[in-house]
Amino acid sequence: MRVLVVEDDAVLANGLRIGLGLSGMVVDAVATCADAREAVSSSSFDAIVLDVTLPDGSGLDWLSELRRTGDKTPVLVLTALDEVGDRITGLDRGADDYLGKPFDLDELAARVRAVSRRSEGRASSRLTCGDIVLDPATLTVTTAKGTFRLSPREVVILSALMKRAGEIRSKDELETVMYGWQEGVESNTVEVHIHNLRAKIGKDAIETVRGIGYRMRVRE
Amino acid sequence: MISLRTRLSLVLLLATGVIWCCAAVWIYVESKTEIERVLDTRLQEAARMVTSIATRASPTDVDGRMSESAEVPSASYERQLSCQIWSFDGKLLAKSTEAPSERLSDSQEGFSDRIVGKEPWRVFTVEDRDKGLRVMVGDSLTLRRRLVTDLLTGLMLPMILILPLLALAIWAAIGKGLRPIGVLTAELGGRGVDDMKPLEVGRTPSEIKPLVEELNALFGAVDAARRHERELTAFAAHELRTPLAGLKTQAQIAIATTDEMVRGQALRQLVVSIDRTSRLIQQMLTTARLDADAEAACTDRVELRRLVDEIVAAHPSGRREIAIDFTSCNPSIETNREMLGLALRNLYENAIQHAPEGSSVAWLCRRDGDELLLVLEDGGAGIPEDELPLVVKRFYRGRRKSDVGSGLGLAITELALKRIGGNLALTNRTDGSGLRAEVRLLAPRRSMPRREWGAIHVFDVG
Repeated sequence: MRVLVVEDDAVLANGLRIGLGLSGMVVDAVATCADAREAVSSSSFDAIVLDVTLPDGSGLDWLSELRRTGDKTPVLVLTALDEVGDRITGLDRGADDYLGKPFDLDELAARVRAVSRRSEGRASSRLTCGDIVLDPATLTVTTAKGTFRLSPREVVILSALMKRAGEIRSKDELETVMYGWQEGVESNTVEVHIHNLRAKIGKDAIETVRGIGYRMRVRE
Repeated sequence: MISLRTRLSLVLLLATGVIWCCAAVWIYVESKTEIERVLDTRLQEAARMVTSIATRASPTDVDGRMSESAEVPSASYERQLSCQIWSFDGKLLAKSTEAPSERLSDSQEGFSDRIVGKEPWRVFTVEDRDKGLRVMVGDSLTLRRRLVTDLLTGLMLPMILILPLLALAIWAAIGKGLRPIGVLTAELGGRGVDDMKPLEVGRTPSEIKPLVEELNALFGAVDAARRHERELTAFAAHELRTPLAGLKTQAQIAIATTDEMVRGQALRQLVVSIDRTSRLIQQMLTTARLDADAEAACTDRVELRRLVDEIVAAHPSGRREIAIDFTSCNPSIETNREMLGLALRNLYENAIQHAPEGSSVAWLCRRDGDELLLVLEDGGAGIPEDELPLVVKRFYRGRRKSDVGSGLGLAITELALKRIGGNLALTNRTDGSGLRAEVRLLAPRRSMPRREWGAIHVFDVG
């Protein structure tokens, strides 16, 4: 799951990047409205975590702008202003959820997942494909053979594949999903993760489409 | 302090009483004079009346008439008057019933006062040459005085009785008149502790109006101060939330991760953030203190060079070049050391923060006419032009902010300088990149006497 964090406090931004990363999300962090604008125009995200007080303007203003362009990326607003009036304003301006600072990291992760799956029309954050059930919240996958723990990266790849089961995801796409801009890409990593996944959920769960990418096999 | 009511009542009573007494005396004197005049006129009339009805007397009839004289009626006259009829040759022809036998008067005609038989008499004598009679009518002054007294008493008594009634009326009227004050007191007393609403000025009497208006001004000022305090507290609480969120998140990461490196990093971030938050809190308290103290209380002789040296020594400069140039001007200033130190320290911290390693930070001191100029230049990135007027606002953090700033440093500098009568000007350096901070302190000429509050008396050392 790819998340954009717009937060100007360096320590908090770092904390969000790593903290949400532990939950299996891939985080890109920016510190200004201008950078956020650039980020959404060049990539798509599954969710945005937005701070209201940014150095070059109000996060809510940027949010209104975002909604005007038709962008429907789910947004969770994170802010120090936590009065009811502020919450109402945030929600009315286009936010999907609102969390005051300081917050519990696990709660934030759960809410991000929730807004993201709501936008995808899913009721639960668990992804199902045949008898494979992936639970991003607990970083586990359950198959007929049992329940296995996955690494955050493995969760990212598997959920990308399962969300669009039956469709081919190119290696580049998977790499994009896995990495933000702040980290380098190691070219073989996708293969390594696919290999590890297959070891856990079965070799034929993921099909290799030579030269193009991978695909989650849809079972009846 | 005696009560307003008592005071007013006493004053009024005194004034009224004095005037009343004067009036009473005046009435008394006037009335007495008038009564005496009336009585004298009556005396005159009586004498003339007697004269006109007295029969001619001949010397030969005198003795015979003596016995008859006792019967001369004095029907027309009140008993106060006594009448004697004498012949010209000194024989008493007749007298009224209770008149004394002693001759009433020696004089010829007109009024005279005489003591007759130990009593004072006022006598009017009329001579009738045709009849050969001298008629004397006298008023016993004792009796007259009693008459006058009775009359005046009758006049004065009601007035005396009026006085206590007057006192009572004054007391009551003043009480009623002072009621608006009571109403005001009740209204103020009925207010809650936090009620700072202004009082209604409309119906208050003009003497109390200034008081009410001043009270309202006071309420306004107190309300503003409290609101400011609340805003500051709310603002501070709000500003602390982001750092606290950072702390919590990093701590949760440290707990959740199994990766030692990640945990180590998270804990380091935690420490950094705690230091920053402590500094933020410290600066908030400083700002609150500067806000609260309206005056920079005590002043010392401060050697500027020494102060700057101390500040520089207290902050590790890393690999930056620090230059201090006090060659053209090395003053000692009479000012509040703590405030000036606070202002300069915050400026210097900013400079160190923003100047990268290898760049320079320079202090310069010089005179500019009447003022003392202390300049701090750094080799950092400067402040974007549009942010220059905003950076001194509280909690303002610009685009080029450092990691450890609180947004309060420049606000504190400006506030502290204002307290000691100085001022701050920020510009970007024209000869290179970086910020130029100018601190201006007013310096009167050596010969001028020290000004009052906030004065800076400058002596050149060396």
